[in-house]
Amino acid sequence: MKLTLKIWRQESATAKGKMVDYPIDGIDGDMSFLEMLDILNEQLVEKGEDTIQFDHDCREGICGSCSLQINGEPHGPDKLIATCQLHMRSFKDGDTIYIEPFRAKAFPVVKDLIVDRSAFDRIQQAWGYVSVNTSGNTVDANTIPVEKEKADESFNAATCIGCGACVAACKNASAMLFTSAKVSQYALLPQGQVEATERVQAMVRQMDEEGFGNCSNTGACEIECPKGISLDNIARMNREYLSASTKG
Amino acid sequence: MSVLDSKIPKGPLAEKWTNHKNNIDLVNPANKRNIDVIVVGTGLAGGAAAATLAELGYNVKTFCYQDSPRRAHSIAAQGGINASKNYQGDGDSDYRLFYDTVKGGDYRSREANVYRLAEVSGNIIDQCVAQGVPFAREYGGYLDNRSFGGVLVSRTFYAKGQTGQQLLLGAYSAMNRQINRGKIKPYNRHEMMDLVLVGGKARGIIARNMVTGEIERHSAHAVVLASGGYGNVFFLSTNAMGSNVTAAWRAHRRGAYFANPCYTQIHPTCIPVSGDHQSKLTLMSESLRNDGRIWVPKKKEDAEAIRAGKKKPTELSEEERDYYLERRYPAFGNLVPRDVASRAAKERCDAGFGVNKTGQAVFLDFSSAIERYGKEKAFTSGHKNPSKEEVTKLGKEVVAAKYGNLFDMYNKIVDQNPYETPMMIYPAVHYTMGGLWVDYNLQTTIPGCYAAGEANFSDHGANRLGASALMQGLADGYFVLPYTIGNYLSDDIRTGAISTDSPEFEETEKAVKERIEKLMNANGNKSVDSYHKELGLIMWNKCGMARNEKGLKEAVEEIAALREDFWKNVKVPGSATSKNAELEKAGRVADFLELGELFAKDALHRNESCGGHFREEYQTEEGEALRDDENFKYVAAWEYKGKPADAVLHKEDLVFENIELKTRSYK
Repeated sequence: MKLTLKIWRQESATAKGKMVDYPIDGIDGDMSFLEMLDILNEQLVEKGEDTIQFDHDCREGICGSCSLQINGEPHGPDKLIATCQLHMRSFKDGDTIYIEPFRAKAFPVVKDLIVDRSAFDRIQQAWGYVSVNTSGNTVDANTIPVEKEKADESFNAATCIGCGACVAACKNASAMLFTSAKVSQYALLPQGQVEATERVQAMVRQMDEEGFGNCSNTGACEIECPKGISLDNIARMNREYLSASTKG
Repeated sequence: MSVLDSKIPKGPLAEKWTNHKNNIDLVNPANKRNIDVIVVGTGLAGGAAAATLAELGYNVKTFCYQDSPRRAHSIAAQGGINASKNYQGDGDSDYRLFYDTVKGGDYRSREANVYRLAEVSGNIIDQCVAQGVPFAREYGGYLDNRSFGGVLVSRTFYAKGQTGQQLLLGAYSAMNRQINRGKIKPYNRHEMMDLVLVGGKARGIIARNMVTGEIERHSAHAVVLASGGYGNVFFLSTNAMGSNVTAAWRAHRRGAYFANPCYTQIHPTCIPVSGDHQSKLTLMSESLRNDGRIWVPKKKEDAEAIRAGKKKPTELSEEERDYYLERRYPAFGNLVPRDVASRAAKERCDAGFGVNKTGQAVFLDFSSAIERYGKEKAFTSGHKNPSKEEVTKLGKEVVAAKYGNLFDMYNKIVDQNPYETPMMIYPAVHYTMGGLWVDYNLQTTIPGCYAAGEANFSDHGANRLGASALMQGLADGYFVLPYTIGNYLSDDIRTGAISTDSPEFEETEKAVKERIEKLMNANGNKSVDSYHKELGLIMWNKCGMARNEKGLKEAVEEIAALREDFWKNVKVPGSATSKNAELEKAGRVADFLELGELFAKDALHRNESCGGHFREEYQTEEGEALRDDENFKYVAAWEYKGKPADAVLHKEDLVFENIELKTRSYK
């Protein structure tokens, strides 16, 4: 395959960025999208040029490092995958592909295609945990039975990989899907009940402080989420938040 | 007398850990506030250690190269975590978990460490559940278990095919709580470049801020290395792209002995290599072997026809297939341990029975499972005489519920539907049992420098059983280090803050800067990746699943030559003062080029076959591994002496007081 890549280059957070054209040839359908970028980078090394910087690590769709906006869509045209699981067979000879970083005010560009998603970390630091010390004498695991359906739902929410595609997909750059997945994981389990009121308030407060936009229930986040995190979580978080507010 | 003191406590096996905990020194809460600990790596071992040490009151700094601690590669572990809870009532116990682990490791691990691991395994599950880790449950609301290779009980706890992710997010949530309290200061996108020793003790690290390129000094009273394994020395592995040996190797160069570097786990069920462009390999969970049957064609002509695309695997009748694991190991069948399954696949492919384009693949077939589950499902739902189509349809549903995410992953990578045609799999580098030598307290041979998780050599001997890595990482981090490190730090209550202005920090920082300059200015014409690939090929061909004297001697020389060439001809574009992936890779590959040579040297000296280390010269007539307990029942710990060729071997004799050494048999 012969392709034209249009890639966002930006030297640093404060520098001005621009799209740069890179023609590339000899791309095979079995290659992953990131392997295609590896090849381009090898060619840049040969020419002595600074390579294109992008976040990636596990390359099997679980670490959540990937953050490429491909032809305007987070993680590209295929559904339920991260960028690293996208294969070149999804494109055809002669295609032009636009590659940009995830765009959001709360995700400033670090360099080229890399963005700073530490806002997600801070939301979880706000109260995304159960306050239990590691003592070695917590109660036996089976003394806390959990309804299977609830446990499965909690697990589904917990599979979020924290990539930020939901934010990149949203016209308001809202982080409601991400935050609600975290809130839901604990809200669905008995272990999370004790601190439920404080948790949802603290996490939502932090989310707002980070400069994410509001949710307008468009649902683009759910469509682009590589793990299929459901909009139900947002409804659940709103309910949790409302009930927390009435408790004061 | 060896210079290595394993510090195993005296007394009966089952009482060692309790007695040890009762007798070690503690640091009082007021003093903990004056003590700093650095943790490098934020996977299960590092994340758990950092959170627990901070809960205890120490000031913790964590370092990881990823943009968030949550992305450490523990996140990719699929199958599960072992614990001797005996919830299934199938006869499990601490002793059985201990026994299985020592046997599975081919009797090359330390009894006392492994027993402690089994002893705390149950606590791990309790702790994780309390944190809100959503493990799989049965309809009664209690925790579910499944079984893994090499054992005869169901002791594996799991969260679908994403157990590592859920456990790591649990450890990360515990870290977040401490970050919020100000007790952990996280340094993300930071890479440890060197260890700083002051007065012979580990007192800090030099780190590089990967965004600004700034070289930073960080001091502490103790340093914990939880930086994972070194499987990426093979270039292609199931490790993350960034997984590296640098932190451990830099400590080795400063005096920490490196143990058993040649013990590598080659995992039997991975998606085969498809071409030269390949950047990494993807694991298909071992849990698939619960239901998948592994085979190759009986006749070479059939294998050739399949390779050429003239025949389909589904066209071969039962009689034309060789289920070689079931044939060779009737007792364990497709659930033999990983080392055994991998070697058996290689043996068939080398003999010419491989089934993909390159001849380096075997089939993992679910058609029997689909039929069996389909019949069962039809029967229980009242269809006593179901049609074949109905059985297949129902069977596929059951298989999808169990392994759906793995089947989808396979489909996306290979572009074939594993419900219709058997998967193709081949072994790939997955885990390294070797690592920094540590004593019972997890301290390396450098006082104050500790190693946890995959970074140490500890508990898995020469072969790791499935679902044991998560157990060990969390055991080290949550339940072992927090005790043992206190014993060391109790001497430091009057030390006060460690200054970073000492000559030792100065010199180490200077060495780091010079090395970076040297890499940036090599001005050659070959990319870092081209060296890494070349190294990987040498490793795979000569230090891989089967090794021999001739190949290993060649590997030692070839790697040394490649390393020399690297420093002359490598090309690193970009700058050292901004994000530069080429520079990051260059530093890591430079260390792999040293480790690789020591790896080959270690494999060459070990004139026996054990676990993942298979020497062709030492095998039984049936092609099984032939151990030599008389001469090699020891841990090989290597001391750095300037270059890998000059490394000095120290032996820690392994004493087995509770388990009788036997030939491992899974027949």
